[in-house]
Amino acid sequence: MMDERKRRTIGGVGDPVPKKDAPALLSGKPVYVEDIAPRDCLCVKLMHSPHAHAMIEDIDVSRAVKAPGVHCVLTYKDVPSCRFTQAGQTYPEFSPYDRLILDRHLRCVGDPVAIVAAETERQALAAIRLIRVSYSVLPAILDAEQALDHSVLIHPEENWKALVPECGADNRRNLIAAGEDKEGDVEAELEACDIVIDRTYSTQANQQCMMETFRTYSKIDAYGRLEIVSSTQVPFHVRRIVATALDIPKSRVRVVKPRIGGGFGAKQTAVCEVYPAIVTLKTGRAAMIVYTREESMTLSSPRHAMRMHVRLGAMKDGTIRAIDMHTLSNSGAYGEHGPTTVGLSGHKSIPLYTHNMKAFRFAWHTVYTNTMSAGAYRGYGATQGLFAVESAVNELAHELDMDPSVLREKNIVRQGERMPAYYGETADSCAVDRCIARAKEMIGWEQKYPARMMENGHIRGVGMALAMQGSGISGVDTGAVMIRLGDDGMYNMSIGATDMGTGCDTILAQMAAQSLECPVDNITVHGVDTDTSPYDCGSYASSTTYVTGMAVVKTCEELRKKIMRVGAQLLGCTEDDVLFEGDCVQKADGSERIALAKIAEMHMLAGYEDISACVSSGSPVSPPPFMCGCAEVDVDPMTGEVQVVDYAAVVDCGTVINPNLASRQTEGGILQGIGMALYERPSMDHLGRTVSNSFLQYKIPARIDAPSIRVEFEPSYEPSGPFGAKSIGEIVINTPSPAIADAVYHACGVRIRDLPITSEKVLMGERE
Amino acid sequence: MMQIEFILNGRKVSAAIEADDSLYSVLRALGMYSVKCGCETTNCGLCTVHMDGKAVLSCSVPAARCEGHEITTLEGMQEEAARLGACLAGEGAEQCGFCAPGLMMNVFQLARENPHATDAQIDAFLAGNLCRCSGYVSQRRAIRRYLSMMEVQG
Repeated sequence: MMDERKRRTIGGVGDPVPKKDAPALLSGKPVYVEDIAPRDCLCVKLMHSPHAHAMIEDIDVSRAVKAPGVHCVLTYKDVPSCRFTQAGQTYPEFSPYDRLILDRHLRCVGDPVAIVAAETERQALAAIRLIRVSYSVLPAILDAEQALDHSVLIHPEENWKALVPECGADNRRNLIAAGEDKEGDVEAELEACDIVIDRTYSTQANQQCMMETFRTYSKIDAYGRLEIVSSTQVPFHVRRIVATALDIPKSRVRVVKPRIGGGFGAKQTAVCEVYPAIVTLKTGRAAMIVYTREESMTLSSPRHAMRMHVRLGAMKDGTIRAIDMHTLSNSGAYGEHGPTTVGLSGHKSIPLYTHNMKAFRFAWHTVYTNTMSAGAYRGYGATQGLFAVESAVNELAHELDMDPSVLREKNIVRQGERMPAYYGETADSCAVDRCIARAKEMIGWEQKYPARMMENGHIRGVGMALAMQGSGISGVDTGAVMIRLGDDGMYNMSIGATDMGTGCDTILAQMAAQSLECPVDNITVHGVDTDTSPYDCGSYASSTTYVTGMAVVKTCEELRKKIMRVGAQLLGCTEDDVLFEGDCVQKADGSERIALAKIAEMHMLAGYEDISACVSSGSPVSPPPFMCGCAEVDVDPMTGEVQVVDYAAVVDCGTVINPNLASRQTEGGILQGIGMALYERPSMDHLGRTVSNSFLQYKIPARIDAPSIRVEFEPSYEPSGPFGAKSIGEIVINTPSPAIADAVYHACGVRIRDLPITSEKVLMGERE
Repeated sequence: MMQIEFILNGRKVSAAIEADDSLYSVLRALGMYSVKCGCETTNCGLCTVHMDGKAVLSCSVPAARCEGHEITTLEGMQEEAARLGACLAGEGAEQCGFCAPGLMMNVFQLARENPHATDAQIDAFLAGNLCRCSGYVSQRRAIRRYLSMMEVQG
């Protein structure tokens, strides 16, 4: 039976099938937002604040509105007064409602002062130069350490609103979130420990740098509704966000997502959608905004910069007894994802060391500053927290004179253990032990640890880090899938999850092919259009494979029953007497069968039921994937230059649905992580202006920076996941920073606790 | 405004341009949507096209300089695109695909200039073609396969 099933399924679970959109993408077809926009779109441009903190005293647009080609110039006087958040999160959002489309109060350099729409880009830019603004400049808070209870308030407005007050937000204190989670008596346990590592680490506000910058076009459709086509990870959230910002009914808005040129979390925030939308509402014209790379670097949704204080208590034998961690997160001028990212810094780092843990405490603050608003970036706080906790574990190993891999093996969470610091969930699937063992073999840990001198005077060191993440947001994230039987016995699968290049259209089709025992080519995928796609919260929080994948499984179960019912009707028997055979339904005794294509044809006649199914799925748990990353770095002691020469990574993401695509996610995530560790340095001048505003200053890894990256999988089986799968998208960015930091320490004795690890820091460290 | 004529993918076209228009913006206006823009500072390689058979960054070529020249975009190299595309798709190396057309145009140039390129030579030649999704290693494998395939075909 199983063999037969296998034969019918082609390109099912576990097969490295090419992405369904590969032929279009690799022949340059017009499939992205800007390619499919109506040719008569107005060009929308923003005038940006030159000041980090200011009030508009006067704004004169009289010359701009008369400029050639200009259709619309909007200022704070022209927008609705209801506050909203751009964060793409399930309602009610944790992120405070602290924005207006345009505000008289400007809170960071780049904050929009005016929106201009003209026939051409040239005309829009010329019109912006004609706008006269007088500002009253206010003192700015640029340092997160100074923000809490500062005399300067960044959001003094009366209509500021926290929808979820439990997260501890208080605009009168510049505070977006504050809280504490703990179990056991952490002070007493630390007191009883033989050794306590007490360190502070910090991570920077990295830019996602997806190759396609933020962009959206909007128009009024044939029914008088506002249609928004956007490069977004969260179409359904965008619908709500835009309607809230414009103060119009949500039912008047339709959001479509075409192909997306990368997201990495950046597009989990509705960074630019409201601007063309309001232009279209005001003018009735189609309108498009395309962010320049400079805008994408200076007014976007980068990673939250965090400062983490870790106290890690252990016994002489290396058992880790207690972790106390405090995180201060800088959310910038607005609160997008501020309350939630900070939580992951502890909740997705501390649980790795559950095995001998007697107590933990994790406390946090997220504050406003007059810097660019932060947002979601792959890893979402876990990346920051793991740099701190994994570095502290590595530092503990050195204090104990113990191999850091052995220290980990002693303390890591085991399958079946309850993780108090992970919302009390149990690790039902966990192969992190196997990940460590295999990663050590791959990198040659036993031969290379800790470091070796090379003939050219360079030193090569190795370093290790572990990571975990979640699989969707437990009890919140939900995804539905609709599958219909169509002509020729093919299936149309409609999803609300957003493929942003990751390949989710393809892997969800593979799951459907497996469930429906057919070739993956028989499944066409469509997504996303909020008018026609089933609801899905969107692709973020590592949710799609796990959450939407389970919806595929459930939908297929339902669909099979319907096919069998109609098949039985046509065969003149009851549904209990037939078997679903993929390409046909046959009587249990094998005497008669009817082809799926025939069933499809017949059900389009009167008298038969519709053969489609739509089932949603969400999970009460968020099973963590686990991984181990090992870096080998080459340090030039004369210059402090660090190069990663080899990276071995072993991931437990549960069952691997498509080994090619899972490997690409891993390799890409690791190189982004290497960029974060070594090259990517967002920088700001003393007035709060972002200086790293192009690829010339903000250095992402190029081909010549990419080391050998070797990826393997050590799958566990997650009982609550589709075919045993967990998530892969985010976890993969988490290991490089701590692994490379420790490899550098092994090579030259310099410990870097603030990212990135630049040559200057290494060289200055060597000289100390 | 000025009028220019040039050969686009083998066909003569004319365009009305401003003196400071880039070739990139003119190509987009002519419907060559494979040509993408990822930066304004000539760092990303997304806008790579061929001018008289040589790879150039169309964002930094003034359109006015194209008068009488031959411009080729991926739309004009669909057969080659299918061959290289199959190698990239076989690895899943295209991911979001936004950088793919520019990368592919530069790979065609590499294949002409150095068909036996080593990994290091591939990386150096294509260093100006950024990709944020893939981590590059799978693209390197795909390009190596493409080059050896082209070699076999002679």
